Amino acid sequence: MSEHIEVRRTAKLFIGGAFPRSESGRTYEVKSPEGKFIANVAQGSRKDARDAVTAARAIQPKWAGATAYNRGQILYRIAEMMEGRRAQFIDEVSPWAKSAKKAEAEVDEAIDRWIWFAGWSDKIAMVVGSSNPVAGPFFNFSVPEPTGVVAAIAPSRPSLLGLVDTIAPIIVSGNTVVVIASEDAPMAAVTLGEVLATSDLPGGVINILTGSYAEVAPWLASHMDVNAIDLSGVENEKVAADLEKAAAENLKRSLRPGIELDGLTRIKNWLELKTVWHPRGF
Amino acid sequence: MGLTSQAAASTFADETRTNASLTKFLHGLPGVDQVGADERAAMLSTRSIKTSAKAEGIDLAISMIDLTTLEGMDTAGKIKTLCAKAQRPDPFDPTTPSVAAVCVYGDKVAQAKSYLTGTSIQVAAVATAFPSGRASRAVKLLDTSDAVAQGADEIDMVIDRGAFLEGRYLDVFEEIQEVKVACKSAHLKVIFETGELRTYDNVRRASWLAMIAGADFIKTSTGKVAPAATLPVTLVMLQAIRDFHNAGQRKIGMKPAGGIRTTKDALRYLVLVKETLGDAWLTPDLFRLGASSVLNDLLMQRKKLQTGAYSGPDYVTVD
Amino acid sequence: MSFEYAPAPESTSIVKLKPTYGLFINGVFVDGEKNFSTINPATEAHLAHIAEASEADVDRAVRAARVAFGSWSKMRGSDRAKYLYRIARIIQERSRELAVLESMNNGKPIRESRDVDLPLVAAHFFHYAGWADKLDYAGLGENPQPLGVAGQIIPWNFPLLMLAWKIAPALAAGNTVVLKPAETTPLTALLFAEICQQADLPAGVVNIVTGAGETGRALVNHPDINKVAFTGSTEVGRYIAQAVAGTNKKVTLELGGKAANIVFDDAAIDQAIEGIVNGIFFNQGHVCCAGSRLLVQESIAETVLGLLYERMKNLRVGDPMDKNTDVGAINSAAQLAKIRELSDAGEAEGADRWSAPCTLPEKGFWFPPTVFTNVSQVHRIAREEVFGPVLSVLTFRTPDEAVEKANNSPYGLSAGIWTEKGSRILEMSSRLRAGVIWANTFNKFDATSPFGGYKESGYGREGGRQGLEPYLKAASK
Repeated sequence: MSEHIEVRRTAKLFIGGAFPRSESGRTYEVKSPEGKFIANVAQGSRKDARDAVTAARAIQPKWAGATAYNRGQILYRIAEMMEGRRAQFIDEVSPWAKSAKKAEAEVDEAIDRWIWFAGWSDKIAMVVGSSNPVAGPFFNFSVPEPTGVVAAIAPSRPSLLGLVDTIAPIIVSGNTVVVIASEDAPMAAVTLGEVLATSDLPGGVINILTGSYAEVAPWLASHMDVNAIDLSGVENEKVAADLEKAAAENLKRSLRPGIELDGLTRIKNWLELKTVWHPRGF
Repeated sequence: MGLTSQAAASTFADETRTNASLTKFLHGLPGVDQVGADERAAMLSTRSIKTSAKAEGIDLAISMIDLTTLEGMDTAGKIKTLCAKAQRPDPFDPTTPSVAAVCVYGDKVAQAKSYLTGTSIQVAAVATAFPSGRASRAVKLLDTSDAVAQGADEIDMVIDRGAFLEGRYLDVFEEIQEVKVACKSAHLKVIFETGELRTYDNVRRASWLAMIAGADFIKTSTGKVAPAATLPVTLVMLQAIRDFHNAGQRKIGMKPAGGIRTTKDALRYLVLVKETLGDAWLTPDLFRLGASSVLNDLLMQRKKLQTGAYSGPDYVTVD
Repeated sequence: MSFEYAPAPESTSIVKLKPTYGLFINGVFVDGEKNFSTINPATEAHLAHIAEASEADVDRAVRAARVAFGSWSKMRGSDRAKYLYRIARIIQERSRELAVLESMNNGKPIRESRDVDLPLVAAHFFHYAGWADKLDYAGLGENPQPLGVAGQIIPWNFPLLMLAWKIAPALAAGNTVVLKPAETTPLTALLFAEICQQADLPAGVVNIVTGAGETGRALVNHPDINKVAFTGSTEVGRYIAQAVAGTNKKVTLELGGKAANIVFDDAAIDQAIEGIVNGIFFNQGHVCCAGSRLLVQESIAETVLGLLYERMKNLRVGDPMDKNTDVGAINSAAQLAKIRELSDAGEAEGADRWSAPCTLPEKGFWFPPTVFTNVSQVHRIAREEVFGPVLSVLTFRTPDEAVEKANNSPYGLSAGIWTEKGSRILEMSSRLRAGVIWANTFNKFDATSPFGGYKESGYGREGGRQGLEPYLKAASK
């Protein structure tokens, strides 16, 4: 019996539920820290970002309109699907993890994180919203709503857990996201796209771009149909400041890098609060 | 204007053919949001009526009063005093206008008429088993005809609130029509007892029902049920009068009654009329205040404006 | 007999104006190098000279606030509460004086400053006073921390109310503030400074720097502030968001709007008419959440407009000090010019203009309540914020179309819905992209109710528990 020759996977983008190559036709070489070739990965372009925003915008009302219970189940389903690919994920984060144990821990934590956020879907409104005792004959309540389409730059490390911690709190409330994965360690992100495609998640809710955030992020920051931007993964202060400045053009909600946040605050970053009034009378 | 109550009846012939069609029409009227109506009335009640406006308003209010006594203990003497007061509210100041009408029970009409001979003051009689309206229609009609026969210029009838709340709108409608006929040339005021109808939606429906049926005036209350007239209820009725007129129908009069005690109260009603229907309605022909005690307060305020000093109850007549 | 309202002027004698007002820094008034004149927009009469804060003055104010932060933030919450309650009470005690001064400097009718602004101002301090010792329940976990020094910039449309919205939550949370009132309406903020003195508020906790854009710029760009809170135009909000990019300053912005006020054919029509009037003519339309776009269902458009015009003929436009005035003066010559420009553009673009018949005073800045019909989504008056008593009327056929048109704006501050159908209210309010939805009412505010916008109307909320969050951070672990 001859040895099985591995069938390699083409690492593509994940946009609108599909796996296109970059419209630019470009790829870049991903290597391990030791310099070993791992894969040629799609190098997303400005137009890929644009297409991703279009996909994210198109599905956003439907995703936000799904019941919280439904969204919670889908996030849970993502964990289930990840569990099935646990070994593959460990394999893919390993080159950049300090140890095999750490790689395993990162993947387990990432899976568990989906479950934690899944549970929030139908609890956010209770914790963040309120009914307000106004001084008058009115009933008035405040409810959180998703802010819309969020662009995000995931941290480069940990490449999988950082990505999950970025996108899960964005989508759980009904936002959709265009995320740029870790540039030099994108393999787990590519696999996550494949997981998402089989998790009942409507296409376009999460869009994953690989490539250079320095090249692509400015297009997302200045995009007038993006409502918010997560700059957590931007390591260069000057780049972060420039992106924040560009994002100000349409008053995007911006999350700066380097801010320690608990999970609930991560969710709250991407929420609007709506107060609804109605008179009380016969 | 030339528009008659018959004109309204024929315009709305389809709507008033059956109880079902009348129900459909009344329930199809725009709703009234209670808080919004209360808010508007409250805002208008902040109007500051000072100096010349106050003087004009006080005289206007006096001239619009239906000076009322509706007691089991009413006597000839009481009616006589009331009629004297109606003609010369302030015996020391002949520039004081007289009131619009005196309002009494049916059996006191003849007395009131006799005391008011030669004046322009009208005599209004409450009828139709006032205040509850709980009697057979035959009795109500007889009650009306009797008052008219005694010389009543105006009839203040009550609607059958029980029938209204049961949804028997057509019964209420026909009863008003029949009373109207019994009134002959006497003006008909239709009392809703809004304190029993409770909701502003009901008040608007009752207003339309009565206006189509031939009411000359619509009136809030008997004064025997609390709450009696309120500003927002009056506002809702004034808006119905406006809409009826905008629909090409005649001008209907308005009479809030009960609970109007102070000059401030009275002026607030005038403000409501002015800013809802306009100056055309600021005449005793189209607006009345059903009250009695408010007259003395108006007289005291009138004196205050003239002398600059506050007056007191010893300087107006207790009747 | 006639019945015409006689003039009913509120006396201004309750207000004792000083000839010149300095800057309120570290608990005392200090002279500025330069002064500017503040006027009454209804008469153009000079009211007082106001110090213009320079960059150095702003720096002094920030330093004073920084020093005060040390002790104010460490003070027991229950003690901070007492100061805020004290301020609330003094505001109630001096309410008439503040209302009169507000109307003098702003041009708004005394009825509104007396019945709307001032009660809300006192309520806001009262509400947040009670939060000062309950911050553990603010939603950020136990022992949340204040941010530090807040630089706050407020507009001229609700001068004292916006001050309350800014200062009350900031102080309750343990921050100290440097606040810049609007250039044209500094007087009630300066009277508030006197109230801080009467309340024995520790020096430096509240600092008031008066001036125009340059003063504001100096405050936003000061390196030692931790937080910027701004209410005003989207244009300036955008500048601020850019200016703080790359810093650690937290920001909340409450910006412009172009709210749709949506009237369905089953609406309680008389209340809807009031809601339309209140929506756009309240405070001369100088309201960021004004219902400046009337979206009326085509089947009742004619009825609604007929009633609206009749109602508008009753609006009493004129002397803000007259207790019966409904619509007062435009706040400034510059604002009047902007309103005129956009109105002229509306006409030039083909919309039909109708103004309520009214005699406008000769002196001062005035614009009659105005309605534009035959307006299309492409017209400037349907898209740009006029910030004046100008209503654009558009029609719709179906609820979907109403939602689509209402949301078709870069703004998202507020919206109104008028219908007697409950399920429609809930569906509409969930689909409208705006931070405040008024169903069967409009322009309601309350200290307990979060207020703020979606999209380019800004971010962050003011009012209620959620209004504390922008002034706090979670305890560091």
